[in-house]
Amino acid sequence: MAQMNMVQAINDALRFEMKRDDRVIVLGEDVGRVGGVFRVTAGLHDEFGEDRVIDTPLSEGGIIGAAIGMALYGLRPVPEIQFADFIFPAYDQIVSELAKYRYRSGGEYPCPMVIRTPVGGGIRGGHYHSQSPEVQFIHAAGLKVVCPATPADAKGLLLSSIRDDDPVLFFEPKRIYRAAKGEVPEGDYTVPIGKAKIVRAGEQVTVVAYGAMLYEALDAASKAALQGIDCEVIDLRTLWPLDIDTVIASVKKTGRVVVVHEAPRSCGLAGEIVTLINEKAFLHLEAPPKRVTGFDTPFPYTLENEYLPLSHRIVPAIVETARY
Amino acid sequence: MTTEVPSPAGTATLRRKPEDVLAEDVVRALSPDGTLLGDGPDLRDEEIVALYRAMVRTRAVDERAVLLQRQGRIGFHIGSLGEEATVLGSAFALRDGDWLFPCYREFGAALMRGFPLQRYFDNLFGNANDVAKGRQMPDHWCYRDKQLGSVSSPIGTQITQAVGLAWAARLRRDSCVALAYFGDGATSSNEFHNALNFAGVFRTPNVFLCRNNGWAISVPTEVQTASESFAIKAVAYGIPSVRCDGNDLFAVVRATRLAVERARAGEGPTLIEALTYRLSGHSTSDDASRYRPEPTLEPWLALDPLRRVRLFLQDRVGWSDADEAGIGAEIQSELKLVIDEAERTAPPALTSMFDDVYAELPWHLVEQRDELLRGPRAPKAH
Repeated sequence: MAQMNMVQAINDALRFEMKRDDRVIVLGEDVGRVGGVFRVTAGLHDEFGEDRVIDTPLSEGGIIGAAIGMALYGLRPVPEIQFADFIFPAYDQIVSELAKYRYRSGGEYPCPMVIRTPVGGGIRGGHYHSQSPEVQFIHAAGLKVVCPATPADAKGLLLSSIRDDDPVLFFEPKRIYRAAKGEVPEGDYTVPIGKAKIVRAGEQVTVVAYGAMLYEALDAASKAALQGIDCEVIDLRTLWPLDIDTVIASVKKTGRVVVVHEAPRSCGLAGEIVTLINEKAFLHLEAPPKRVTGFDTPFPYTLENEYLPLSHRIVPAIVETARY
Repeated sequence: MTTEVPSPAGTATLRRKPEDVLAEDVVRALSPDGTLLGDGPDLRDEEIVALYRAMVRTRAVDERAVLLQRQGRIGFHIGSLGEEATVLGSAFALRDGDWLFPCYREFGAALMRGFPLQRYFDNLFGNANDVAKGRQMPDHWCYRDKQLGSVSSPIGTQITQAVGLAWAARLRRDSCVALAYFGDGATSSNEFHNALNFAGVFRTPNVFLCRNNGWAISVPTEVQTASESFAIKAVAYGIPSVRCDGNDLFAVVRATRLAVERARAGEGPTLIEALTYRLSGHSTSDDASRYRPEPTLEPWLALDPLRRVRLFLQDRVGWSDADEAGIGAEIQSELKLVIDEAERTAPPALTSMFDDVYAELPWHLVEQRDELLRGPRAPKAH
């Protein structure tokens, strides 16, 4: 196994799958010669040529609309949207078309593709390079939504996503593109979509997180341990369909839960998770479930660390929940 | 008159008057009185008869569908009254294996390319045999068997998808061509721009067929654009365009064939602006008399696309009233059979609501399906 960061692991997955399956095509803004603004597609253009790693005009709607046509034909496009903040010009193609194709055609037109896009704050990118719009794609029936937190999961989930017969939104937490490092299996390696991972076992409080905030949740769990609180930390990995069984089993054990995400709070994924817990484990609860999230404001530039649900905000929520 | 491509539109204005169709820079082949203009037609007699029959059939289906909607037997219809030459002539110029990305007025093209009439009426009734399993409004069909895309309501989205499909085909060394239909209103959409821009840059084998029927619901063409024409927009994307009389079957076939040949030869995309006129309301939900006085239709009735082909056939092959009555009767009896069958067919199974959201049913949809099945049934909607 090789030590890789997230960028290298995703690049490795793309290269592996492009070699294995000549239907796989990468397209997007700056993905070709320059290898992407985060260098995630570095080297692929030279290796696979301009017919398979395509620099496109600057139009997200055009990128996704064209990728849909490619998928209908039978290719496996992996379009990149340069920042999740810029995905909205393609929202109509993603939500009205991509998500609905299989359903509205009675199954005649599956439309498998993986839309890769960097997500989240923490890079001093201001409002338009920091947002977390993942839940807006969960609400549009027909999409799978994935957000890995480790290099190995990034590779394994990307390979699973490209091979999946449904469209997948693949959110890459850019804050940890290079900060998260780890062993990544070489060659073919998949992680199943729809399976969460317990990354720290514990008995007293369940902390649910994903993406870059997983590391904040783990940091908060370590600090809570110093106060004698034993946390179980779950990395969701796939946001939709959610691995509800893992969450519920943990909450039934601990009776206490804190859900963490960068995205704004209201109508967010934490709200849905808490509702599911209420429906499926109400009588096991020892304390009201808590949400530690971004605020219902636009994402701020100077005050971004105050906006983000970092460890310093997660610790008191864990303590409060534990001592309720 | 020129049919040369590339030929960006010339100086004709875009006022939606019948005389525009007679302007110099518009491809024409058959005059409204049924006489040939210059050489042509580029079609064999039996092809013309088949196309004429398809136009008559399309109109008969339209009329029947409107009637079914007025009787409350189907919920909606959106048709091609007056636009039959544009719809059928363009589809005729494609080969088997070519792709067609419909807007929502091109059921006639689909039927001519082999979409079974029964399946079309199953779609209008939204029954269990509908290819789309009753999940979409009437006239939102699809049929992969014949490379017919899936109709959706958002405007213009299919144009970019047609570019992606043609692009993929070219990357796979497949010689097929993809034709996208859209109306004049769609030229204002993001996706018209995206599609023509991407197609121009990557020289994809596409034909963009703009049915300029004068109206986007209640908005006339002069409110849609300040350009001299819709065809001229292609200039900005570095692709050729051509205008044709959209009520002239032979002109539409000629213009589309040129575009299809260019695409197949690797010469890239073409934009066709077919000048036609929407004789009906936007759909059965629209009352055009609220914004379009009845007398404005009269000059267009004289330019009817069916009439001139019939007059041509009278002269060419001695097409008679008996021939006309014969195909009319055939179509009516065919319609009766398929409508009876479609109306008799049960609605889709309750559980089918949850199928095809994903390839496999995830847990949350299993739960929601079971909740629906356990719960009370809704009152009948229609």
